[in-house]
Amino acid sequence: MTATTQPAPAPPPARPALDLRPAPGAAPVGRMLAGQTRMELTLNLRHGESVLLTLLIPVGLLVFFSAVDVLPADGRDAVDFLVPGVLALAVMSTAFTGQAIATGFERRYGVLKRLGATPLPRWVLLAGKTLAVLAIMLIQAVLLCAVGLALGWDPRLPGVAAGIGWLLLLVVLGTAAFSGLGLLMAGTLRAEATLAAANGVYLLLLLVGGVVFPLTELPGWLRAVAEVLPTAALSKGLRSVLADGVGPGVGPVVVLACWAVAAVGLAARFFRWE
Amino acid sequence: MSQTQAVEVVDLVKTYGQTRAVAGMSFGVATGTVTALLGPNGAGKTTTVEICEGFRRPDAGTVRVLGLDPVADGAALRPRVGVMLQSGGMYPGARAHEMLRLVAAHHASPLDPDLLLERVGLLGSAARTPFRRLSGGQQQRLSLAMAIVGRPELVFLDEPTAGLDVRARHDTWDLIEELRASGVTVVLTTHAMDEAERLADHVVIVNRGRVVAAGSPAELTKGGADGELRFRAPSGLDLSQLLAALPPGAQASERAGGHYVVRGTIDPPFLAAVTAWCAGNGVLPSDLRVEQRSLEDVFVELTGSELAP
Repeated sequence: MTATTQPAPAPPPARPALDLRPAPGAAPVGRMLAGQTRMELTLNLRHGESVLLTLLIPVGLLVFFSAVDVLPADGRDAVDFLVPGVLALAVMSTAFTGQAIATGFERRYGVLKRLGATPLPRWVLLAGKTLAVLAIMLIQAVLLCAVGLALGWDPRLPGVAAGIGWLLLLVVLGTAAFSGLGLLMAGTLRAEATLAAANGVYLLLLLVGGVVFPLTELPGWLRAVAEVLPTAALSKGLRSVLADGVGPGVGPVVVLACWAVAAVGLAARFFRWE
Repeated sequence: MSQTQAVEVVDLVKTYGQTRAVAGMSFGVATGTVTALLGPNGAGKTTTVEICEGFRRPDAGTVRVLGLDPVADGAALRPRVGVMLQSGGMYPGARAHEMLRLVAAHHASPLDPDLLLERVGLLGSAARTPFRRLSGGQQQRLSLAMAIVGRPELVFLDEPTAGLDVRARHDTWDLIEELRASGVTVVLTTHAMDEAERLADHVVIVNRGRVVAAGSPAELTKGGADGELRFRAPSGLDLSQLLAALPPGAQASERAGGHYVVRGTIDPPFLAAVTAWCAGNGVLPSDLRVEQRSLEDVFVELTGSELAP
């Protein structure tokens, strides 16, 4: 009989078999880009402060100023004025403020340096950041438009195709301009300085960017300055397309294009990875 | 192409402001070996390794890694070389498994991230903990895992066991030995003598930005100074008989309470002569030990300073 035999002693826990033999090689660009974009998105949606910045503040402003109706709105319904402005704010908060702060700390913690030692090309790293920014802006846009419609927003597009074309042009130019500025700041200043400056600029551009009240309320000299700032150009352009049902005009497009070219060029020139 | 030298550093100089971090360093790393850069903090180890990794440019001298220039040929080198930084390099909010998966996604045929996490003891709750909340030792182990997940042929490990407890330190040593057995060339920096002695085929002792000695641990500890043989026996034995039986140049003395110390080039006949002398006196020595030079002795001798971290 075997009933009395002792159970065999448990074998020592085996180490997982790892094949450490060299098999070097870079992954296909698509896999790297997908991995990088997923990481950026995950981190962005995980951090409370960035959700506050990118979702809660724009939605809160839209709801508050629509309901309170203390703002002069050029004779239109407040919400018709506010939705394009808050959409411009959303682009700024995601592409500029959020990206500057996150990238500044990534640089400070050596993430960019460490990733620079993997086969990941720098342009794929930046493309991953850009895709994540665009994905977050899409979430913001859907949410803000839904909230706007619930508040009685009555968009007037210059035709569907023309409207979407103009919106894409403005958002692409705005994203390039704000991303360039954000990366320029993150790549040249210390992380704490970037944190402070990005928030300061955000607040300033919120006030003088035609986001929640029109530039006509500003004193003349400040209005002249504000009109060549990217936020005002973007909110004005979006408002022409979404509220007035016309093209954005040459002014906002030229202002945004100049900011985009200058900011991306300066960022490419001065960004330091370490 | 057969490449016998994985890394070649010749007359490397790197200066920061007034400080010469690296002041004319030369050494080679044979393919398939473990080489330790051993030296105190500030000796120039990290600067040298980071130049080999392509993070910094040399002010003078040449560096070849796998036959290539680390900066100019960086894109060709990065898939082949694994890097463990001394600290940092992680998204603070990323979890361990996310970080390892991200780096795995950069490589063509990476190791399975879960198996690797298990191997370095980070499976379970640690894998789901954000990097900034991992302990120092856990961060080190994740950093090591990131260096090898892409199955590189050469890895640079900057202080791979700093901040690890004894158990994790031995696990890391085992993993490094397994890397070598699998054909991976390993370059590591350390200020721990026992680590260099245990792991390295080739030790490069570095101080103040220069190589002060290089060789296998056995070569470094063999040459030059003599060894010591110590034992206890009843006090008052006649040492002149002993010295007569030993090769010229040997010294013998008795310290308080029957502690005997014999110095000389200790080889088997030398030891036999001492024990024969004991037997002739009808004495059984106790606590008999042969003390050989350690890398620590070599370092102190070469630099006149302690290697305390």
